[in-house]
Order: sequence, then C-alpha cells, then structure tokens
Amino acid sequence: MTAVVDIETAMARMVEQLHPMLKRRPLMVGIHTGGVWVAERLHTMLELAEPLGTLDISFYRDDFTRIGMNPQVRTSHLPVNVEDRHLILVDDVLHTGRTIRAALNEIFDYGRPASVALACLIERGGRELPIEPQVVGEHVKLGKNQHVKLLGPEKLELRIQEVNG
Amino acid sequence: MKPGLQFDDAGRLRHLLTIEGLSRQTILEILDTAESFLSVGEREIKKVPLLRGKTVVNLFFESSTRTRTTFEIAAKRLSADVINLNVSVSSTSKGETLLDTIRNLEAMHTDLFVVRHAESGAAHMIARHLPAHAHIINAGDGRHAHPTQGLLDVFTIRRYKGEFNKLKVAIVGDILHSRVARSQIHALNALGVAELRVIAPKTLLPTAVEKLGVRPYTRMEEGLDGVDVIMMLRLQRERMQGALIPSEQEYFNLYGLTPEKLALTAKDAIVMHPGPMNRGLEIDSAVADGPQSVILPQVTYGIAVRMAVMALIMGGSAEPAGGRR
Repeated sequence: MTAVVDIETAMARMVEQLHPMLKRRPLMVGIHTGGVWVAERLHTMLELAEPLGTLDISFYRDDFTRIGMNPQVRTSHLPVNVEDRHLILVDDVLHTGRTIRAALNEIFDYGRPASVALACLIERGGRELPIEPQVVGEHVKLGKNQHVKLLGPEKLELRIQEVNG
Repeated sequence: MKPGLQFDDAGRLRHLLTIEGLSRQTILEILDTAESFLSVGEREIKKVPLLRGKTVVNLFFESSTRTRTTFEIAAKRLSADVINLNVSVSSTSKGETLLDTIRNLEAMHTDLFVVRHAESGAAHMIARHLPAHAHIINAGDGRHAHPTQGLLDVFTIRRYKGEFNKLKVAIVGDILHSRVARSQIHALNALGVAELRVIAPKTLLPTAVEKLGVRPYTRMEEGLDGVDVIMMLRLQRERMQGALIPSEQEYFNLYGLTPEKLALTAKDAIVMHPGPMNRGLEIDSAVADGPQSVILPQVTYGIAVRMAVMALIMGGSAEPAGGRR
C-alpha cells in the first residue's frame, strides 16, 4: 500500500508553520535517513543561509543492548555551533518518540541550544514518551502492526506496510 | 584454533580473537562503524552512551602502554567503566592460574575482557570458558594475533589510499615473531589488496610464508619497488633467542627504512609502524617524522576502531524482545 499522503502538500504545510520561526535565525537539523531528506527540502524551500546539520542517533539508541549496532551508521555532522541557538529538529515519521529522545541527548553532547522545536512530516500516534511536535506535515492514523517508511531520496514517497505478528 | 569460536549461533561476532575467518563484509562493517566513531573524538563531549553500565577489564599479562591506553579511552568514550589490571605483577606471581583469574573477574560481573598474553591461544582458551553474556577481545596473544592492530592498520590504509584492490603493500621486518604481521596479512588478503609482500632476512621469515598469501623478499631494494604502503614492524629484541640478526647496525643498514630506501617506493607511499618504534634500528627518524609517515594518525584511528569492535560485539547481546523501530 502506498501514498495516502500527498508529500508536496504536507511539505507546504510544514513550510507555512515554520515561517514564523525564521526571525529567530534557527538552525535546521535532520535525523538520518528520512529526516535528512525532509530537512534538505525544507532547508531549500525556506532558503536558510546556514548549512543543514545531520544526526545519526545510532550511538544513542535505547535498544542497543537488545538489537545491537545499526550496520549502516552514518556520521553526525553539526557544522554550526548549537550553543544558544534555536534548533529545528526534523524527522520523517514521529511514532514512539524514542528516536527524538535519542536525538535530543546527542544534541546536548554538542552544546546547549536556546530551544529545540520538532518538525515531522508524518505524525502517526503511538507515543511512548512525552514528546510532541510543533510542526506536522500530516497526521496519519495507523494500527500497531502497520509500518510506515519514507522512500527517497530523489523522489520522496511514503510506503505503508502491514507487519506480521 | 577455530575462528568459529568468535561467532554466536546466529553468525554475529561475539568475540574478536583473530582476523582469520572474518569475511570482507564483516571487516568493512567494522571499518565503516569506526568511521562514525572518529567524529565522536573530535567533539566537545567525546562520549556516547552505548556501553553505559558495562564493565570492561583490561587484562594485560604483558606490558603495553599504547594498546592498553587506547582500549581504555575507547571504552570510556563508550561510557563503560574500565578497570586496568597488569597481572604480570599481580596474582599470577602468587601462583593463580589464568582461568582462576578470569573466574574471579567474572564473579565481579565483568562484561568485556580485553586480554593480552604472551602465550599464543590464550584468548581462545578464555573464550571457551566464558559465560554467554561476557565477551573478549584479543589484544595480542604470543606470536599469533593482534586483530585490533590489523584492523586499525587497514582502516588507516583505506583513509589515505582508498581502494584496496589497487594497492601494493609491503610488510617489513620481524615477520617471524610478529602477531601484528599475521593480523595485517589476514586483513589485507580478506580485503583483496593487489599485491602483498613481506620483506625480512631469511632468519626472520616463517617457513613456508607463501602459504599465508604473501610474496617474500629478502632484499629491501627489490621488495620496496613501487609499493604504495610500507608497514614497518618493531624488531622484537625481547622475543629473539639466539643470533637471528648479525648486529643491529647491520640490520639497520640492510632493513632500516631510510629516506634513500623510501625513494624506491611509489611517490606518495605512506609509512606505517605499530609502535613502539626503535628509531635508528628499523626506521630512521627522518622517515618516522617525515611527511609520508602516518604513524600518529594510526594511534588516533586505533581508538575509533576499538570503539567500533567493542560496540559491535557487545550490542544486541540481551534477548531480543521486539523488532527494530
């Protein structure tokens, strides 16, 4: 099953919600892999001057002792000092909130930002932590055994799959 | 010694005892992971929480500064608690056996042992007796293996030289006594270097060294011709029994890496050495401190590679209770 969500519309909605934040000169940070694709697009659409930051939260996951290392861990790269800056953290799908928890921990190992706002393309419910987004492209209702994945990077496409068990 | 001992039933790497038997893919996975850990060392806070609450014991039955320190830093950057034990001056001098030492440390709930021992096979022996939750990394056993050194060496080569299948590599010096050389040879062959040479006097070459997949040379002038990477070895005076080399001066004349001999290699060749260096014996200071030397970057990369090995063997050890999210 694919695309119940129009990515372009969702992205335009995010841009609209992000506009009022721009006067604080925010730094944008995308979470690997899908979050970086979304952030790259937003970064261009909003014409942000400073370079995009990227985070790979593999070293901060709370399921490391159960699952182990992600074999395809990428390098985190925050090109601008986050100290006292307003950050916009971007991810593709917000589900349990655990990825965001890990990302926040990692960001604070680079410095102390003035604030962090969360922007996600898809908000799907199922939160296991008290984390809520400030910017949402689209709210999608999904069951526990449904899995949503963003495909890219050339053309972004949403795939919803039934997971067994 | 069975390399299979390193893997669990699901084929995951649980211990690192030797590079022998590791696939190209496993080695590349370690190198790629190390690449990510390299950036952690450049941050303001050089720490990630992966091994928080884990206990790592550095168990060194042979003295070492660089290897023990880099293992210690690697474990600390992963947020583990580290205990250093130099057993050569501790309980074994009171007659305790190796396995008794290990059992006592196990009783203290150690999660990872990093072991260096003068006997070949010591790490394998320990691995056979460890409980399922504990892991071991071989930090050098006798003449047999020093896998993390081999891995950090190929990591260094990849960073400076890129594709392995285009490279001619020469390992120079005391091949006979060197666990470093053996680990380098296994790693470089698994990664498919174009040509792998070893250069040493006959007395310091193992018999039938060709079986390891190397081309032996006894003359530096021939062996160094056109190589892209020179991996010098330390002349291990403490392991030499009898007269394997005529004199140190003559050894330096024939096998010491001088600027003149370096000129025989490819123009942009890199010079490596696992340390500690015997300056003026196997390597001239002008080369060791020269522009082609990558000896200090090797040390820096050693930390990232050891972080990667620790993270890979210790991750996912608990019973899986659900899929990846």
